[in-house]
Amino acid sequence: MSTLAVQAAGVGKTFATKTGDVVALTGVELTVEAGEFVSLIGPSGCGKSTLLRLIADLDTASAGELQIFGKPAHQARLDQDYGIAFQQAGLLPWRTVASNIALPLELHGMSRAERSTRVAELAALVGLSDFVDRYPDQLSGGMQQRVAIARALAEQPRLLLMDEPFGALDEMTREYLQAELTRITAETGAAVVFVTHSIPEAVFLSDRVVVMSPRPGRITDILPTGLGAVRDEALRESSEYFERVTAVREALHGSPVDRANER
Amino acid sequence: MRRRGSAIAWGALGVLALVAVWELYKFLGPADGFVVGAIAGETGSGVMLLPRTNDRSMPHTWDMVARLFESASGGDSPPLIVPVVTAALTTLGIAAAGWLIGVTVGSLLGLVMQRWRLAEWGLLPWIVVSQTVPLIAFAPIVSSIGTQIDRGGTPWPQWLSVAVIASYLAFFPVAVGVLRGLEAPDRIHLDLMRTYAAGYWPTLLRLRLPAAVPHLLPALRLAAANAVVGAVVAEVSIGMRGGIGRMLIQLAGQGSSDPAAPWGPTFGSIALGLVAAGSVALIGLGLKNYRRGEATA
Repeated sequence: MSTLAVQAAGVGKTFATKTGDVVALTGVELTVEAGEFVSLIGPSGCGKSTLLRLIADLDTASAGELQIFGKPAHQARLDQDYGIAFQQAGLLPWRTVASNIALPLELHGMSRAERSTRVAELAALVGLSDFVDRYPDQLSGGMQQRVAIARALAEQPRLLLMDEPFGALDEMTREYLQAELTRITAETGAAVVFVTHSIPEAVFLSDRVVVMSPRPGRITDILPTGLGAVRDEALRESSEYFERVTAVREALHGSPVDRANER
Repeated sequence: MRRRGSAIAWGALGVLALVAVWELYKFLGPADGFVVGAIAGETGSGVMLLPRTNDRSMPHTWDMVARLFESASGGDSPPLIVPVVTAALTTLGIAAAGWLIGVTVGSLLGLVMQRWRLAEWGLLPWIVVSQTVPLIAFAPIVSSIGTQIDRGGTPWPQWLSVAVIASYLAFFPVAVGVLRGLEAPDRIHLDLMRTYAAGYWPTLLRLRLPAAVPHLLPALRLAAANAVVGAVVAEVSIGMRGGIGRMLIQLAGQGSSDPAAPWGPTFGSIALGLVAAGSVALIGLGLKNYRRGEATA
């Protein structure tokens, strides 16, 4: 029995296109511990979303071995071992907030009474108890995204997959939801794989930041943040936070010395 | 509420404008029309550029309406509006049956085409081609098959043939609308259902069908209009009695002696179409929540 949430060994993904094969991802070696928060960061085309889709079994790896809680990704999906949230909230517009959150529970046959209890808990967790009867078009973008997070957490998954969930939000909502997310994951104890293109966001949220690079998509660096369990507003102004941000930035862009050599 | 009020006002204005144009032309236009290249002494020669405006060709609109309340065929017979309404209701019933058959067949075709891409490639071209077959050519075939089934012992009333012909026009928009509607869900929603390990049926029920509603409602409305047209034409082409189509032909034949009479069933068939389209609009009211996406997306 493995305690690792994600274990990737030599994972690669090649897409066949009209102009030939495109290598989206190659030689990915990554482990995510249970309860660990890991961010994937890199420029577009680095395969960070592709890696997330492989973990979610929305695409199949063309090379290597990928295990989720010691099972093949396909089995993990069938067993509902993870919850997922995308850049767009992806709520069903004809369902209320409550019944959007209840969708996975409904699909997996939970009784109506249990469902309404669980939905009330989840709505409280994301601070939307007063909005359960609203429709998605009556909510702000940030509120919609909170509903999507509640929906992802509905079945108490041990792994949460998030693909730039705050990417379309304004900076203030973003920082607020980041703080909320650290609180929620601390409460639920779920491991998180979080795709982002924001360096501060990755550092603020993560235990480890995975730096990726394009052509072909691959992992170039893995940086532990070592910022501890408490992530609050004070952290954003601390010097160690800025140090980490700088470290990730240099890992992404290469150090100034490397730049000089390139010229 | 205010929007509905102004919609009614605009509708009424449109009808009034039509009446005004009709009466204005009747007042200003030449009584015997305007014909070029006519040969003297030869009736029907030449090309008519402007229609005649005499009372036989263009009765006054108020005469048309008044005729509805005069005796249908002289003597003690009830006012014209009574047989018109009866005939319109008969045709409405047949069109409704045709609509139901068309919606059922169209939905099944749409479902099958969405489920199997191969079925879409195989079926869709035929479905499109089917609509190019003229109803007049197709109606007698259905009618004669119906008669044979009836002779074979299974009762097949004539109205059923009319309903089947009407359904032939009605199924087309439904098949195309269902296909497009079921393919309407966003990629993200399909991915989501996949992460829930939801199979075909749960995905159909909870995602594809609700997402199809905005495509479905116009398709159902088109189908209703098509079913009415189909039923009227089919009645005429297979010679069924009792419906509005037959009545139109019959009264048009008496047009020279009673020019306002054929307008009775004409109004009747217009009312018929409005009632049919309106009934479908009622379905839309019940499905309002499924159209929320339309405003935001």
